[in-house]
Amino acid sequence: MKARPLAWLEGKRTFILLALAGAALPLMDDSYIGLIATRACIYWILVAGLNLVVGFAGQIAIGWVALLTLGAYTTAVLTAGTVLPVVHPFLALAISGAAGAMFGVVVGLPALRLRTFYFAMTTLGFATIVTQVALAWKGVTGGGIGVPGPVFPAPFDSGWGFYYFCFALAVVSTWMTANIAVSRFGRGLVAIRDAEVAGEASGVSKRSLLTTVFLFSGALAGVAGGLFASLQSYITPDAFTFDLSILFFIAILIGGRGSIVGPLLGTIILTVLPEFAAPLVAWSTFLYAALLLAIVLAMPGGIADLLDVKNRRPLERHREIVPRPEILPRLLGEERENEGLSLSNITLSFGGVRAIAGLDLEIRPGEVHGLIGPNGSGKTTTLNVISGYYAPQSGEVRLGKMALPPGAPQRRASFRIARTFQTPRVIGAESALDNVKTGGMIDGRASFAESLLTLPRHRRDEADLHERAMRALTAVGLEALADVRADRLQHSELRFLEIGRALMLRPACLLLDEPAAGLSAEEIRRLGTLIKAISRAGTAVLLVEHHADLIFDICDRVTVLNLGKVLAAGTPAEIRSHREVVSAYLGA
Amino acid sequence: MLESIVSYGLAVGAVYALIGITYNVMFSASRVFSFTAGMLGMLGGVLGALFITRLGLPVALGLIATVACGAIIGVITEFVAVRPVLKNLEQHLYVLSTLAFALLVQQFTAIEWGTDAQPFPRLFQIEDSLVDQKFWLPVVACVATIVGLEILYRHTLVGRAFLAISEDNYAARALGLPEQRLRIASFALAGVIGTLAGFTGGEVLLAFFGNQSILNFYGFVPVALGGMGSNRGAVVGGFALGLFQQAANFLVGGVFAAVAVFVVFIIILLARPEGLAGAVSARRV
Repeated sequence: MKARPLAWLEGKRTFILLALAGAALPLMDDSYIGLIATRACIYWILVAGLNLVVGFAGQIAIGWVALLTLGAYTTAVLTAGTVLPVVHPFLALAISGAAGAMFGVVVGLPALRLRTFYFAMTTLGFATIVTQVALAWKGVTGGGIGVPGPVFPAPFDSGWGFYYFCFALAVVSTWMTANIAVSRFGRGLVAIRDAEVAGEASGVSKRSLLTTVFLFSGALAGVAGGLFASLQSYITPDAFTFDLSILFFIAILIGGRGSIVGPLLGTIILTVLPEFAAPLVAWSTFLYAALLLAIVLAMPGGIADLLDVKNRRPLERHREIVPRPEILPRLLGEERENEGLSLSNITLSFGGVRAIAGLDLEIRPGEVHGLIGPNGSGKTTTLNVISGYYAPQSGEVRLGKMALPPGAPQRRASFRIARTFQTPRVIGAESALDNVKTGGMIDGRASFAESLLTLPRHRRDEADLHERAMRALTAVGLEALADVRADRLQHSELRFLEIGRALMLRPACLLLDEPAAGLSAEEIRRLGTLIKAISRAGTAVLLVEHHADLIFDICDRVTVLNLGKVLAAGTPAEIRSHREVVSAYLGA
Repeated sequence: MLESIVSYGLAVGAVYALIGITYNVMFSASRVFSFTAGMLGMLGGVLGALFITRLGLPVALGLIATVACGAIIGVITEFVAVRPVLKNLEQHLYVLSTLAFALLVQQFTAIEWGTDAQPFPRLFQIEDSLVDQKFWLPVVACVATIVGLEILYRHTLVGRAFLAISEDNYAARALGLPEQRLRIASFALAGVIGTLAGFTGGEVLLAFFGNQSILNFYGFVPVALGGMGSNRGAVVGGFALGLFQQAANFLVGGVFAAVAVFVVFIIILLARPEGLAGAVSARRV
């Protein structure tokens, strides 16, 4: 590859232009413009954090103005010293950040339990409550009369001085969220949004990831609130209307989900637009709402999609998937301890239906184990028990000597059990490469804070992940499509992509749920070779499939299920001549 | 004091119950939670005051005009904010599209009607003997709606078709039911019920654009707790919420009443996300 000295600049052009424009703004020497720019910076500090919640994790958190209110009052009340001893403005700002972080979790955590609309409602409820409390708690907030906002010490007390302070914080927020966006945490958030089940199977823990993001996002909102109070110079509950919540929220959607540049431009546009058309001010929320409707109906990708020229270039029409199994040993590691997976006496009923009735199964490393049977015989259910989506009523799944915790799908990845799905579950909005990287979620060492600041450990993680993901893509034959958005790929390519993602886990046990469905004969042949090579590299492979040819071609052992029980088990040759199997399933 | 708690509580409770039923009627037909339920309630008050006070229509005509507008807006909702996003229900775009549509209507109302709460006309020029009409009107509307819906759902062919759609959309379509037309009809019906709630509760709630968010939230609480789609839950929950809220209002003051309702709501939902009477969700893989 040609060395390009300015490669790191790629994709950062918009940021750099905005930063230069922002830094040079005081040259215009217009204090009104300064005021609007300061407001845009403050809004963006909040939106940058909220973007991770809404744009990346896909949680519909509408009432984020509640946190701005909280931050504003905390800073103002602490610096005014009406209730407690006077606190230095910077310290007060930091305390607001901490309070915001705490409340961010309180507002956000219902997202772990509630459905989308319910969660949206609770955030709206929070916004209403906070304003009402601000009005009623006269002793602290001054009620409807309000409190004076904080004044930051020189040089930040002048208009432009305060602008630079806000601008610097806005730049830092942008930088931090952009770092998260390209880290495993960012990919985990997008997985929660677009492919939650697949994310769980890759070890994305929704609980801890969302909690962290709510903390971070709440902290930024709290800080933004403190700055907002200073900008307003006097705050009353009226300053925190629901319209602000709508502005924040819509800025993100106009910008496009899963982007940083888009929402940044969205925030600037929404802040600036009403200022240049004075008659529009009364109609601003009406316009925001109209924009939101238009975006949802006509352009769900937002500004980011418009800017994404790369993914509009046509792809080559006739593409072939040519896996390269020979590099598997390098990807999976040469010598691996693996004692295989065993199921003993598993039973599981749904209501009165016995889906699995006392199943024993042993899947050995280095072998492909086929699981076949008529529809409803319990194949996929068995897979779901192994990968933890169902907890069996009795029996045990063991990996070597360790018993796997029943249920708990998000913990399977740490046991190095990987799987694919009957209908491919990929993140359509992300590149093939990023999809595969999601599979390596649990191998990251850097903490959220390290990724936030791109500390060395984070950079090592990402470099390592990148190298392995490219290798995995090469192994499944998709390296030429690494940068293509997954929703532009063909069905067969998605099947191989899922296998690539599963390989990132260096699986001890790989569960494949009908990987050949919808593939051409030639693709099935290549798939067979690939699966066989994966097993020979020391993986225990369980293959659920309807293509009898593929099963008998590559399996070392076959188990036939019927009505949740083992009808027959043995080598392919034995199964093929098994009388009952032939009559019940294969046909004469 | 007990008297005012009960009369106020039942009156607003009836409005909450009706808004809850509005949510349900839309949900049953489309599996969509719509932010337009509170909007319809708000419009009931504003349109009623517009037609009767400003334009001087007789009460009966004013009522008919109001619910007719409700029905039309319901149909527009279906066309603009629901149908386009039904294809990908799991992306939850309807949350945004219905919110946007409701906001559009609300802002339009705020600008054209004004942001102050304006009085709602007295509907019957009679001396109220025992209980004031502003208290019993919403309750009567609520009872009438429940009885009406019961007759519709249980005893008419169209009503059974509604039930079939809400039970199993695909199967109903396979049977040849005109799913789309039934959905439009449901949204029109929701428009009627929602505006009726705002109209009959007008004297208590006034003609005020800000009622939208209040009704959106307090109308949703009973259905969320009672289980989405259950009208019984909405009615029981609505009245319970109204009484609880008014009791807290009189005893400890408005802010704490609001906080109390919210806290109870969150705690119950977190303990039982599917509602007190709802069913657990289906398989995911």
